[in-house]
Amino acid sequence: MSIGNFKERYQSDEAIWRTPASRVWFGVLLLALAAFPFIGNSYHLFIACLIGINVISATGINILTGYTGLISLGHAAFMGVGAYSVAYLSNHLGLPFYVCLPLGGLLAAAVGLVVGIPSLRIKGLYLALATIAAQFILGFVFNEWESVTGGGRGVSLAPAEIAGLKLSTEFELYYLIVAIMIPMLLFARNLFRTRIGRAFIAVRDRDISAEVMGINLLHYKLMSFALSSFYAGVAGGLMAYFFKVVTPEQFSFGLSIFFLAAVVVGGMGTILGGIVGAIFMTLVPEVLDAIIHAFGPGAIALLSPAREIVFGLLIVGFLIFEPRGLAEIWRRIKRAYELWPFRN
Amino acid sequence: MEYFLEVSLVGLAVGGVYALIALGYVLVYKTTRVVNFAHGNIMMFGAYFFYTFAALLGLHWALAVVLTLVASAALGAGIERVVLRPLLGRPAISVVMVTVGLAAVLHGAAQMIWTPGDFFLPSIFPDAPIIIGEMFIPSNTGYGFLVALAAILIFLVLFRFTRSGVAMRATAADQVAASSMGVNVPAMFRLAWIYAALSAAIAGIVVGSITTLNPTMGLIGLSVLAVVILGGLDSIPGAILAGLIIGWLEALTGFYLGGAYKDVIPFVVLIVILMIRPYGLFGTPEIERL
Repeated sequence: MSIGNFKERYQSDEAIWRTPASRVWFGVLLLALAAFPFIGNSYHLFIACLIGINVISATGINILTGYTGLISLGHAAFMGVGAYSVAYLSNHLGLPFYVCLPLGGLLAAAVGLVVGIPSLRIKGLYLALATIAAQFILGFVFNEWESVTGGGRGVSLAPAEIAGLKLSTEFELYYLIVAIMIPMLLFARNLFRTRIGRAFIAVRDRDISAEVMGINLLHYKLMSFALSSFYAGVAGGLMAYFFKVVTPEQFSFGLSIFFLAAVVVGGMGTILGGIVGAIFMTLVPEVLDAIIHAFGPGAIALLSPAREIVFGLLIVGFLIFEPRGLAEIWRRIKRAYELWPFRN
Repeated sequence: MEYFLEVSLVGLAVGGVYALIALGYVLVYKTTRVVNFAHGNIMMFGAYFFYTFAALLGLHWALAVVLTLVASAALGAGIERVVLRPLLGRPAISVVMVTVGLAAVLHGAAQMIWTPGDFFLPSIFPDAPIIIGEMFIPSNTGYGFLVALAAILIFLVLFRFTRSGVAMRATAADQVAASSMGVNVPAMFRLAWIYAALSAAIAGIVVGSITTLNPTMGLIGLSVLAVVILGGLDSIPGAILAGLIIGWLEALTGFYLGGAYKDVIPFVVLIVILMIRPYGLFGTPEIERL
């Protein structure tokens, strides 16, 4: 039982790993992640890769919506920008993936900056509307700019390659995705210990007070947009390498809602929330799939509507009953465990 | 150029229907300060209700319209009570997202109940097109415009002259003052949702008659957001004028540039308006006080 842990300096209170135990568990987690491909079958690996990509993207929208308080309903479009950029750079310029992915992220960040410009004048709901508009306008570009995006048919691209090794199976892609995901998560976690991250939180909590305290609102809002879109762009680029084809339907309005739902369900404004939310929301359709298949082949037509209904109900239900999401439930469980046999 | 007037006229007729859809957004926003992202899907449900009563049950269309209005009103009141009421006083971000979730539920439910296929609503308008001089307006669009116009007028009269309409306007102007004068504010919230659902149902029947009926109909609601912002979120005259403008722009871009451009033009307008005049043509500028 650990009632609490005594800290003498603010630094240790703000550390990424606050207790020795959390360091140990993080090491165990890394080992588990590294060992997973040797245990799971290809279906498990497929889902694990998808989860990894979604975790990166959900963390991106969490920075913007959860930490900075700017609702984004166009996150999927930024992923699309990343995916198409990666496909274009890889196909036409023949760049290797370790150049394409960051460039894809940067291009997405640049587009994010442009979309963020209206935040100069508007906020809250109006900004949410601007992001919807961005989603549909970018979707239009994906469909119509055929020389780059291949139009409705999309573009395909060669598998990622490093030192002559083709990363084409789930097994290899899994390590690529995890190796990108972990530093990005640590960066996000660390970000909120810095001036920039704190400024984001201040903007979310009370923008006028933040401005009075000397935070340049536009500057930080745009930075948040750019960072969030960078995450989305990298996730989109990974998606391109993962599916080896990029089409406009992959980055629909529905996917934007999916990521918003993931951070709402997981818990906005905590890194853990983005991770848990993305895992949960990726697994829900798979579980539903299994349930519906159990009802026999006649029920398969119900799959896609059932998925949508469950997504919607999860958003509504969590907002009404557990507005701080799964991360809060986890925190409560942890606390109860730490304080046992006392009640908290 | 010879087509310009005809295309414009059809566009304006469609714009009238947009105005009716926009009215639903404005009603809910004015009274409850919620932008209802599920509005398009409530409209789609209205169309499906009508399809169920008129085509599946084979009732006379007038009876079917009445039943559709009743069912939609119940849907609106139910949504307000079950989904929105528990979120009173929560930050705007939660309320926006709950309506997004609601939209997903409605969209999925429509596919589950009525299957994702296309249906045709039984026609309630005369088949002959409307011909003005040399110009030719498809029957459903023309009569749809007239119906939308009539519906908007009825709602305006309801606000202006009925007791509950006055109470609703009082709630929109100042909730606390209205409450202290004996207005039942939660009841006004419910009424706003009911009115919005009614206007959505009428719009749904009209839109379903003009195009076909399928679960993606709710997406029109998203393009109508451009109308609402252009007119001003809390302005009914703004919604009407903006509806006509957007309908006209859509028709022109659709005719001269092609269908894909037609779908994206409302969003371009939306961005431009948000950048230069976020409160719209007639909306109230938001002033923040500390």
